[in-house]
Amino acid sequence: MPEDITLSVFRGDKGGGDEVEYKVPMQTGMVVLDALHFIQAHDAPDLAVRWNCKAAHCGSCSAEINGSLKLLCKTRVDDYVGEVIHVRPMHTFPVIKDLVTDVSWNYDMLRQVPAFQPAIKAPFTLQQRDVDRIQEFRNCIECFLCQNVCHVLRDHSAQDRYWGPRLMIRFAELEMHPLDTGDRMELLKGAAGIGMCNITKCCTVVCPQGINITDNGIIPLKERVADVYWDPLGGLVRKMHK
Amino acid sequence: MAQTAESLQPAKRKSHSLPYWVEPTFTVLALGLFGLYTLWLVFFQSSGQFHNYLSPFFSPTESWGIKVLPAIWVLWSPLLFRATCYYYRKEIYRGFLHDPMSCAVPEKRKHYFGETRFPFSWTNLHRWFWYVAVIVLVFLWIDAVQAFIFNGHFGVGLGSLIMLANVILLSAYTFSCHAFRHLIGGGSQKFTCADGRPTTRYKLWNRISAWNENHGTYAWISMFFVWFTDVYIRLLMHGVIHDVRFF
Ligand code: SF4
Ligand code: SF4
Ligand code: FES
Ligand code: FES
Repeated sequence: MPEDITLSVFRGDKGGGDEVEYKVPMQTGMVVLDALHFIQAHDAPDLAVRWNCKAAHCGSCSAEINGSLKLLCKTRVDDYVGEVIHVRPMHTFPVIKDLVTDVSWNYDMLRQVPAFQPAIKAPFTLQQRDVDRIQEFRNCIECFLCQNVCHVLRDHSAQDRYWGPRLMIRFAELEMHPLDTGDRMELLKGAAGIGMCNITKCCTVVCPQGINITDNGIIPLKERVADVYWDPLGGLVRKMHK
Repeated sequence: MAQTAESLQPAKRKSHSLPYWVEPTFTVLALGLFGLYTLWLVFFQSSGQFHNYLSPFFSPTESWGIKVLPAIWVLWSPLLFRATCYYYRKEIYRGFLHDPMSCAVPEKRKHYFGETRFPFSWTNLHRWFWYVAVIVLVFLWIDAVQAFIFNGHFGVGLGSLIMLANVILLSAYTFSCHAFRHLIGGGSQKFTCADGRPTTRYKLWNRISAWNENHGTYAWISMFFVWFTDVYIRLLMHGVIHDVRFF
């Protein structure tokens, strides 16, 4: 007889809701998303959960499991033996239904970042060492767990003043591209609000792709902003170099 | 597309991590006690020298006619250097300001402006304090060399080794700095020369990036070691202990 595990799953919509308990027979290698599928198949066919790949690739299944921010498809239930598994939707984004949240704000902001502006026309050849740095950022699967944990968005709801860590690494990916000629510093310091980040690193902690968001993305960007706005001497040297 | 980072690692088993308040509490205690010790030095101690051993809190001794308390003359720069350090900033925001105390732990404070306004916007001046810190470091290296010269002759005492270790740790901390990482190569967009070989900046940046991964560890160890070095010299000064001379 397989052991039963208990899941307590948020059911509700933007008007509110509550957690409902379900029992699921545990199987070897089972992840929380499997357990939710079992509930959908047996107890609650109307349970809403967004997923696509079940392989930590599509970034659809972000949720909060016992207070930790995780992908449902990469969290094994046997990590929680003897505990009730509480599953809740991402806190920072408006709930549509049950575990599904509306993350469209992130895409709206992404569209506002000026795209790649290459110095020469494609196709071009790049050296691997020149793109290693930005390939780390391109591993992003847009799960928005970093956006969800970032206290600027989560606790201070400052979406109007800060675009969040995912957007910062989008900036970094473009700014550090060896052929990019764009200058996004004014936007970065202004509307995108990099100054709102206080480098407390929670985004780096939750990123399922292991992207060093703070150390390799945000801090180097802050230094680039400082080059322009806080370092007249350095600015002069750079001007002379040009 | 590349494999995901998580699928490359064997499934991480549930880690029994420490409660979330442990790290911020440690920060508050460690920085708080260090701060109190420093204040005590500033107001109640006028020197930190025992023969050829000079406490890092009192170096350089030369003040070029500028009249302030000896410890203040030396301390403003490392203090501002550390206070604006990206690593300490994280620890201070988490430990003292609870902004946030730990990840996904709700915050009580309503108003938040991050580093967009004074005083926190001044953390952008970190690179300037780095320049000063390097100058101070030169003096500390001179002191460390002098710690091996007893009455004009080379010698090695426990104090000499402590002072050498101290300045090595401080150098590790200073040269693993994020601002230095940017300065040395992080700010450039291209890492390859026309002939396809890596640029010098790339090589340097790569090296500093590796050190930078341990910047937080260097930050703590170097801080505790500066403290320990001062305590050691102070105990010698008061005759509580005697230096061990190896030769
Ligand atoms: S480091 Fe910055 S972006 Fe990342 S979670 Fe903290 S405040 Fe948000
Ligand atoms: S940076 Fe990491 S946490 Fe943020 S959206 Fe991308 S994959 Fe998710
Ligand atoms: S279902 Fe695609 S990341 Fe979880
Ligand atoms: S970032 Fe820590 S010393 Fe510069």
